[in-house]
Amino acid sequence: MEGAYKPGWVGRALGWGTALYLVLPLFIILPVSITDQRYLSLPQEGVSLRHYAALFASSDWFASIAQSFWIACASTVLAVTTGTLFAIACWRLNRRSTELLRALMLLPLIVPSIVYAIGLYRYFGWWDLLDRFAGVVIAHGVTGIPYVVITVSTALASFDPRLEQAARGMGASLRQVLAWVILPRIMPGIVSGAIFAFIHSWDELVIVLFIASRDVFTLPRRIWDGINENQDPIMAAVAVLLIGFTTLLLIVDMALRRRRDT
Amino acid sequence: MRRSDAAWVGLLLPAFLLLSVFYITPILQVLAISFIEPEPGWGNYERIATNLSVQRVIVTTLRICAITTALALFLGYGLAYAITLASEQARRWWLLCVLVPLWISVLVRAFAWVTLLRRQGLINQTLQGAGVIAEPLELVWNEFGIIVGMVHYMVPYAVLPMLASMREVEPRLLAAARGMGASRGQVFRRVFFPLSAPGLVAAGVLVFIFSLGFYITPAILGGGRTLMVAEWISLQILDLIRWGLGAMMATLLVVTILVTLAVFSRVVNMRRLFGGGA
Repeated sequence: MEGAYKPGWVGRALGWGTALYLVLPLFIILPVSITDQRYLSLPQEGVSLRHYAALFASSDWFASIAQSFWIACASTVLAVTTGTLFAIACWRLNRRSTELLRALMLLPLIVPSIVYAIGLYRYFGWWDLLDRFAGVVIAHGVTGIPYVVITVSTALASFDPRLEQAARGMGASLRQVLAWVILPRIMPGIVSGAIFAFIHSWDELVIVLFIASRDVFTLPRRIWDGINENQDPIMAAVAVLLIGFTTLLLIVDMALRRRRDT
Repeated sequence: MRRSDAAWVGLLLPAFLLLSVFYITPILQVLAISFIEPEPGWGNYERIATNLSVQRVIVTTLRICAITTALALFLGYGLAYAITLASEQARRWWLLCVLVPLWISVLVRAFAWVTLLRRQGLINQTLQGAGVIAEPLELVWNEFGIIVGMVHYMVPYAVLPMLASMREVEPRLLAAARGMGASRGQVFRRVFFPLSAPGLVAAGVLVFIFSLGFYITPAILGGGRTLMVAEWISLQILDLIRWGLGAMMATLLVVTILVTLAVFSRVVNMRRLFGGGA
């Protein structure tokens, strides 16, 4: 719609206002994180990196970051392998029943995590998975599947099914078709799905609040305690690093999309 | 043909089993608990009619969700409109304004709002420093704070479906209407707005159902004084150990969401709502 029709001043003002409302509060954390004070505030007499130093020196924060990272990696692997195979199978079978299954697979996006979290709290008690690394990986993996199913299905939508049939016709096994024909073509979709599944696990708090307590203490959990208990500017330093990290992942995703689209 | 189909079904199974065993079962269990604890029957559901605390949390949640949805739609519509009419170059930057907040941790965003809005926060300090106010304003740990934070969270979810439907509006239509003498307001009211209405409805449904079960932002910015459904459920289960009541509210929440989706599935294309391919 380039340049054909310009918005009036009302539309422009509303657009700009909303964009600033979305972005400005995030930027405010940056100056707060380099404050020279001991409490959350703007720098008074000068800037200081002491809160970053404190963050990197803190073994508690570091342990949580490491734990969150490994949980996110493991649950991403779980979500990507099962979700990709699922999306491919649904695409290939293409029945009413698989359409229904795919809709079912999106439930974790629709049902609020609080409902799932209280269910798991009871359920994992029986499986002895409470406060276990494996328990959190399973919970995050299952709820990460929909992101993978969506991105992989989108990638498959532009894939010609006759390629698969041709390969099969020429004698390729199912495994060969997957590895050599289908997977290379939908790789950008898989990577997008992996990025979203990773961010999902990395940020997830509600489930963790219920199924983990001491041994598994992820980064969001530590931030949550930090917000509720003290107003330490270390929090602002953590927030800045998280914003940087997420923005980086998004830029990677955007670059991948552009490569796929051209 | 049949045998190869069986192989494809095999690929489908891991995700399906994982979902059945570790997602659907725990949720069905919540449903069951709402009917059998503390004693079998409809006892927990009768509380909706009799218990003041239950009624208050339902009314509070619905009110906050309605206000949040209205504001997110209004702001999101303006943003989506600006993005649609922007040049290719500018559009990328506009989109970044939507996507970055969308993917940044909800905790970080709530934390940013606390930093800004609390009594000794940046807004109050600035206003006091400038002499505009004598006493700090109560901006957070009440409904106002919750709504500011929730709208901030929901605007990107409102923008994306609206953007999808606005991009289908033929730009020459607007130029033509203008050329035939319609004022800017008329072009918007009689041409653009009706064409973008389906996206508006879709965005409204999405924002409303996401708001209903929202936990983190209301918990942080409400400060425990204004309770929404999700925090109330957590309170019943973790602090008061009233599983039946908590599970009842959780069931009510899921049913409300599914019914809302079912009602609007006639109007709104659900496939589009949850991503192109799905």
